[in-house]
Amino acid sequence: MAEKEIMFNQAMEQLEEIVRQLEQGDVPLEEALTLYQKGMELSKVCHDKLQSAEKQLVTMMNDGKEVSIDVEMDGTSK
Amino acid sequence: MLSADPYLSVKALTKYIKKKFDADPHLRDVYVKGELSNVKIHTSGHIYFTLKDNSARLAAVMFSANAKSVKFKPESGMTVLIRGDVNVYEASGQYQLYAQSMQADGIGDYYLAFEQLKEKLAKEGLFNAVHKKPFPRFPKRIAVVTAPTGAAVRDIVTTLNRRYPLAKVVIFPTLVQGAQATQSIVQSIQAAGKSDFDVMIVGRGGGSIEDLWAFNEEAVARAIFQSQIPIISAVGHETDTTISDFVADLRAPTPTAAAELAVPSKAELIDRLLGYRSAMYRMTSNMITKDKTALNRLMNSMPFAYPDRLYRPFIERVERATDSLQRETDQLIVRAKERHNYLHNQLANRTPVQRIKQSAIDIGQLERRLDHLLSAQLRSNQQQFSSAMRTLDALSPLKIMDRGYSISYKEGQVVKSVKQVEKGDELTVSLQDGTLKALVTERNLTSEGDKENG
Repeated sequence: MAEKEIMFNQAMEQLEEIVRQLEQGDVPLEEALTLYQKGMELSKVCHDKLQSAEKQLVTMMNDGKEVSIDVEMDGTSK
Repeated sequence: MLSADPYLSVKALTKYIKKKFDADPHLRDVYVKGELSNVKIHTSGHIYFTLKDNSARLAAVMFSANAKSVKFKPESGMTVLIRGDVNVYEASGQYQLYAQSMQADGIGDYYLAFEQLKEKLAKEGLFNAVHKKPFPRFPKRIAVVTAPTGAAVRDIVTTLNRRYPLAKVVIFPTLVQGAQATQSIVQSIQAAGKSDFDVMIVGRGGGSIEDLWAFNEEAVARAIFQSQIPIISAVGHETDTTISDFVADLRAPTPTAAAELAVPSKAELIDRLLGYRSAMYRMTSNMITKDKTALNRLMNSMPFAYPDRLYRPFIERVERATDSLQRETDQLIVRAKERHNYLHNQLANRTPVQRIKQSAIDIGQLERRLDHLLSAQLRSNQQQFSSAMRTLDALSPLKIMDRGYSISYKEGQVVKSVKQVEKGDELTVSLQDGTLKALVTERNLTSEGDKENG
């Protein structure tokens, strides 16, 4: 997981582009295999990112500063 | 007022009259209904107008502090319900109605105000589709402008978390009802606009029309319109529609729905990812299968299945060419031979040998012809001779001598005349059966001739 640079949205968009290219079916086989490999990697990256992001980062603006708050707010605090 | 002067100052009298108004409890708090006319809204926010009906007119004023709470824009011709007090304006000596609140008669204030603002902003084009900004499919940062507590923020945050925990959520604590709400909402929208959010959710939970009112304020509508970040409005329940909803780039019926519209669903994304995986696998393996089939077809195709047939035509050509070459060469030789023979024959025909031979033949022929002719001549001569012999024989003197004639020769010469002979000559007389030697003794010439001897 050295290449954790790629953002989810980028990975997703690249993946969709690959699927689109494969769907068009006019790429040569070698390229298709490369695309397939790349697509599988991207889908794994996306999947991992989705699965690993269980807890959302939620902050509250407080006097111009972001303050972390608990997601499980009950709406009755304060 | 113990002065001896019986005349009152205008001020004093006016003050007296004013005290009378002040003293009257009815005038301190009156409810009056009438039609607005001569409405003048001063830059200070005070509203001056005349309230009238068919038979009377009443000057009226509403100071800005109170005017702010009027939800609609007062216009001439509207029938309004006013609560206020009646008093004297000393400076002009006029009594007038000091309005504290004003409501539209017949239809509700809020409705009126809502319709007025909606019409105005629509005319300006704030609701036009061309102004609606697109939303990113995978937002990274989401601003939530709402009250920091309550069902709305909880619904939004839990929904975002459930659907798309990848995004970061920043809540902008905002007053969403009450006198400060409008300003607070505007400030929060503007504050969020300064940061790099992908989506902004502006809203609050359900409530009365008064509770939701800030979202019908022009300032809020304009703040939403001016935002560079796409905004989803989510005010109250599904049945509540606010001006904010019209201006926003997307309207959600509830805060939960706003969160659902803002982000994709993780579960759906995972499904989609699995779909992509199987699609990629299917398409790639289809491609391989297709290519394999094509390859097999090619391998089974004529040239590969029968490689010898590939070069057979060339072999044939080579063979044909070789044959041709051989044939042409042979013909060349034959022609050369023929030519040679011809020339040789020509030459041979012209050798003297042949001519010699021919000459020999000719000679032979000529010889034969000569022989032939000669023998023919000979035969002919013999025949002639025989014939002559016979004639001669017939004419021979011997025959005549047979009959008694003789021939006299002198020195081998036939003596035909007596003149040839002299007396004494010896003559040879040839008779039929021999010869005689005779001596001429006499010569007598006959009459017909010179007779000398006889």
